[in-house]
Parts: sequence; structure tokens; C-alpha cells
Amino acid sequence: MSDTQWPLWEVFTQEGEGAPHEHAGSVHATDAEHAIQNARDVYARRGKVVSLWVVPTESISASSPGDAGPLFDPGSDKAYRHPQFYKSPRGVKIF
Amino acid sequence: MSMTTAPAEDPTKLAEFESRLNAGETIEPKDWMPEKYRKQLIRMMSQHAHSEIVGMLPEGNWITRAPSLRRKMVLLAKVQDEAGHGLYIYCGTETLNVSREELVDQLLTGKAKYSSIFNYPTLTWADIGVIGWFVDGAAIVNQTMLAKTSYGPYARAMIRICKEENFHKRQGYEICSVLSNGTPAQKAMVQDAVNRWWWPSLMMFGPSDAASPNSAELMRWRVKKETNDALRQRFVNLTIPQALAINLTVPDPGLRYDAETENWEFGAIDWSEFQQVIAGNGPCNRERLAARRKAHDDGAWVREAAEAHAARQAAKAQSSAA
Amino acid sequence: MTEPASASVTEHAGARAAGPTAGDASNPLFEFLCRMGDDRLILGQRLAQWCGHAPILEEDIALTNFSLDFVGQAAAFLKLAGEAEGQGRDEDALAFLRDENAFRNAKLVELPNGDFAFTLVRQYFFDAWDVLLLDALSRSTHATLAGIAAKALKEAKYHVRHSAGWVLRLGDGTEESHRRTQQALNELWSYTGELFESDEVERALAADGVVPSFASLRAPWETAVRDLLAQATLVIPDDARVVTGGRRGRHTEYLGHMLAEMQILPRSHPGATW
Repeated sequence: MSDTQWPLWEVFTQEGEGAPHEHAGSVHATDAEHAIQNARDVYARRGKVVSLWVVPTESISASSPGDAGPLFDPGSDKAYRHPQFYKSPRGVKIF
Repeated sequence: MSMTTAPAEDPTKLAEFESRLNAGETIEPKDWMPEKYRKQLIRMMSQHAHSEIVGMLPEGNWITRAPSLRRKMVLLAKVQDEAGHGLYIYCGTETLNVSREELVDQLLTGKAKYSSIFNYPTLTWADIGVIGWFVDGAAIVNQTMLAKTSYGPYARAMIRICKEENFHKRQGYEICSVLSNGTPAQKAMVQDAVNRWWWPSLMMFGPSDAASPNSAELMRWRVKKETNDALRQRFVNLTIPQALAINLTVPDPGLRYDAETENWEFGAIDWSEFQQVIAGNGPCNRERLAARRKAHDDGAWVREAAEAHAARQAAKAQSSAA
Repeated sequence: MTEPASASVTEHAGARAAGPTAGDASNPLFEFLCRMGDDRLILGQRLAQWCGHAPILEEDIALTNFSLDFVGQAAAFLKLAGEAEGQGRDEDALAFLRDENAFRNAKLVELPNGDFAFTLVRQYFFDAWDVLLLDALSRSTHATLAGIAAKALKEAKYHVRHSAGWVLRLGDGTEESHRRTQQALNELWSYTGELFESDEVERALAADGVVPSFASLRAPWETAVRDLLAQATLVIPDDARVVTGGRRGRHTEYLGHMLAEMQILPRSHPGATW
């Protein structure tokens, strides 16, 4: 077996209950448990983190920059998805 | 993936890339980028990561001799941060399609450089204080700029690092302050360390812009946002009042305050010393690389064992699932 | 590694000259807290030697974490020891100004690091014991001690997860890693018995519910250790020797060198603050 630095894993940390898991960075590890341990030591050593996800980097599929137009632009002109699109009588509290 | 190895870049793509940079946009790993930009980033980021890793050695030299339990813990935490920061930046570099195996190999074979400051020896405990104060102080000036660099993964690593390194400089300055107010032997120890580290710390910002081969291109692509000289001046302006406050002097007879520019003017840097250290002839170049090589070589069987074990577990899991 | 000449010596001429606290059970709480603090300080110091020299960057960070945890625990236990002694010594005075024969750590933790397998097998033996001991101490009738132990227990639970993972990986890894790990196990086994040794200190404190019976930790420790070693395809050596003496200040030749290094600054600048 050749000498490597081990496979790459992406690390997501949750900083506080109820918060979303956010990408923190990556670590090298040989399996999932190992990756959690390494992620703990690298990204949770300052104690704000309450939960960790690790994902093999190669398992992540990402949109490519060339797709940005077709994937995301159509969303930006649909004003009716936003509450400001709608009028209500002055003085009425909708929520 | 649109990364190209062709030497001549597509002019349309290049123009689009540069207009994105001019608009202050951030470049992400899968975005098109000129090969030269990618190469410059790999060079600069890996050099930065290697510096963190090699930087563990001079400070690590005093962990086992730290003079109190508190100081021992602080130093351990700091050196551990260096390892963590090296790791963050390696990971950021890996997004540019280069593996950590390659990066480590470039360090160990001497192909890649690291900050020449770490080729100086830590001779006394005061060196630990002065490294925190000067070397981390200089690094913070540099990294604060890099937190706004145009490459997203590098910028994000820098933001995380800047947050974490806040205490590095403070603990160093605290050590120096305590020593300067301590016994005559302690005071002499810290002044001697300041004398040895001052000029190498100024060299950390790299050659004067006129003599820096990479500076112009890095600035144009907003990898760097300020010149070496501007950053160096900021560091000097920050540091001199701190030295005066704890009754220490820097070894520069030419040092004077210019009330008009509000700068501390400093004497000429001996760039021949810098070139010597870069060329491998610093006081500890050989020791530093030898230590890294030994750790790497001695660890090979461990890295292999972990992979072999994981492969066996994966095979077991597969055969029991089948 | 050959066993150092002093390893099996438990008493010899000059024992009385061993320092102010050697072999003294008149203050068992102080004795016990020094054991707790010294185990952690010496092991933390050993682990710190890996910093910058580990097999992979992730492990530099992990071993430094361990070291930090142990030095932090040592500071807490030694501070309490100083208070129990009542002679004005704080944790730094105890760490940096005691002589070798006043140290109360088990010999296991002072042995040089050896290779990565030696360090991690030693670590696992210690951690597997530490979680049991700290768990029991977290229910101590001594409230401050219980508090320190409860906090340390959280760290220890992570330590054992990490070190057990490595024993498994190395034991059941490659031929070379297996050989090295078995070798480490063979060398270290006889040093584990000291952790469970009963003496006057234990009996005095156990009577008041301050500490558990040390021997009572042996069975659950062995169960855990045997289970893991079996998974790791490692074999416990046929070695019934119990190398002891550390708890009474009779150490290996290695400790003096380590202390000389660790204590040099406070010793060479008496009265200075840092």
C-alpha cells in the first residue's frame, strides 16, 4: 500500500442548538469515526460546537459555475415569492 | 471543470475573470481561473501552510521547558493552533487540485519554501515571548490583509485563523512584559531576544516591492491587497510604541519618528541575510527540514496501517451486507 | 526496551532521605492528589514531545489536545494537593520545585515515548483506567475532588475513544504495525499493575469514601482491555511481573532527565515570576 495523507473529508459544524450545520473546512481520515475524531480536534477545539457532520469530499456533488445562470437566475425575478409583493389595507396586521 | 493547462489563456475568459476581480467578487474553486492565478495561489498558500508547520518546531522546542503550568498550557495551545492553521490552509490549497501528498512532498524535498523566520533558533524562554509578539504580530498584519483575498477558500481560512490567533500575540507580549519587569537576568534575556528577532521579523514581509518578483501580479489579481513595504511599515508603527511601553529597545540606531508621515522610520534591512536564509543557509534550515522529514518517515507505517485497517473494515462491511 | 535497573527496587538504604514526603502516609489526601497530578503532568509532558513530530498533521493536533487536557488536570489536582498540604505550595511549586523522589506518578507514564505504537498502547492502558478512576472519583465524598474528577472524566472519555481507535488500527493494520504494537504491549504490560496497587494511602481515604478501592478497578479495566486487544488481534503477554515503586518516589532512570528539562527555568531563576 502506498503512503498517502489519507482521504479528504468535509466537515460541517453546528455552533449551538438549533443552528444550521455549516461548512467549517476539511480533514484527512481513514474512516467516518476517524474523521469525526479528527474534525473534533481540528474544528471543535474552542468549544462552541455542539454537533459535527463529516462527508467524504468525493461524495459531494456541486453545481458548476456555468450552471449559475439557468439554475439561479430564474429565482430572482419571481417577486410573488416574497411577502413585499402583496398589498394589504393600511393598519391591518397580517401576522 | 474548466481549468486549463494551456499556456495561452482564452482572452474572453481572462477579461471576464479580471472584471469579476475588479468588481470585488470572490473566486471559488470551480470557477474558471487563469493557470497562472492557480499556480500563484498554490505557491503562496502552500508556503503559508508549510510555514505554520515548520513554525511548530522552534516554539515546540520550549513546550517541555515552559516555566509554569499556565505558560505550558498556553504554549501547547498556541503550537496546536499552528498545526490547525497549517491544516486549514493545506485544505484550502487542495481545492486548487493539488493533493496534500504533493504539498508535503514539495516541502520535504525543498522544492517549496516556508517563512525564513523559522530558520532562526529559539535560544531562551524569552524567544517564545518575542515570537508571539513580533512573529505573530507580523503574521496578523499580513493575514488581516489576506482575509480579503480574492480566492474564497484562502479568505475563509484566513478569517478563521485571524479569529484564533488573537491570543497568540497577546500571550507573547505578556511574556515579554513580565520578563522586562522581572529580575535583571530576565530583563537581559528578553532584550537579547528582541535584538535577535527584530530584523528577521521585518524581513517576514518579504523583499521591498521593487525587488519582489510576484508582488505586482498578486496585487493585480487581488490575491494581495497591499504591498510588502506598506505592511512592514504598519507592523513597525504598531510595534515600536509597544516596545517603549515595556522599556525595550529595538536594535536600530536609525529608528526615528516622523511626525509628518506619522511613521516610525527604520534603518536599511540587510537583504543579503534574507537571501542567505532563503537559500538554505540560515542557522536552522537543515535541522528544521530534517525534523519534518524524520516525522514523515517515522510516521509512514502508521499512516499505512490506518489505511489498511480501514480497507479491511470496509471489505468486511461489504461482505456482510452482501 | 530493557527494564531499567531501578525498576524492581522498592526499598533501599537512604529511603528516609527521599524528601519531605517520601513514603509518608500521614497526609494521605496530599499523597493521593500528588499521584493524580503527577500522573497527568508527566504523561502530558511526554505527549507534548510529540508536538511537531507526529505521523500526520491531524495526529499532531490530537496528541497536543491530550497533552493540554492532562496538564490542565494536573494543575487542578496539584493546586488542591497544595491546599491539602497547607504549607503554602501552589501547583507550580509542586510541579517545578519537587525532586524526583517526591514525584508520585506511576512508572507507566514516565517511560520514554518509543514509537507511535508504544505511545498509543500506553495511552490506551492509562485512559481505560482513567475513565474508571475518574468516574468513581466524581462520586467522592470530597466535593472539590469530585468536581475536578467530573470535569476530567469528560476529557478522559474522549481520550479512550481516540487511543482505543489507534490500538485497533495499529493492531489490526499492517504486518509491521501489528508487530510494533504487540511489541509495545509486551513491554508495557508489567507497568500496568501499579495502577491498581493498594496501600495505606488508599485504605485511609477509601474508609471515608474519598477514593474507590484501587483494586476494584482492575476487573472492569481488564474486561475492557481484553475485549479491545482481542479485536485488535493482539495477545496479552504471559508476564506476571508488576513493576512498581513510582507511588513511593522510586522511579525509573528516565524521570530525572525529564524533570531536569521541565524544571530548569524555575530552578535556575529562584524566586522569579514568569
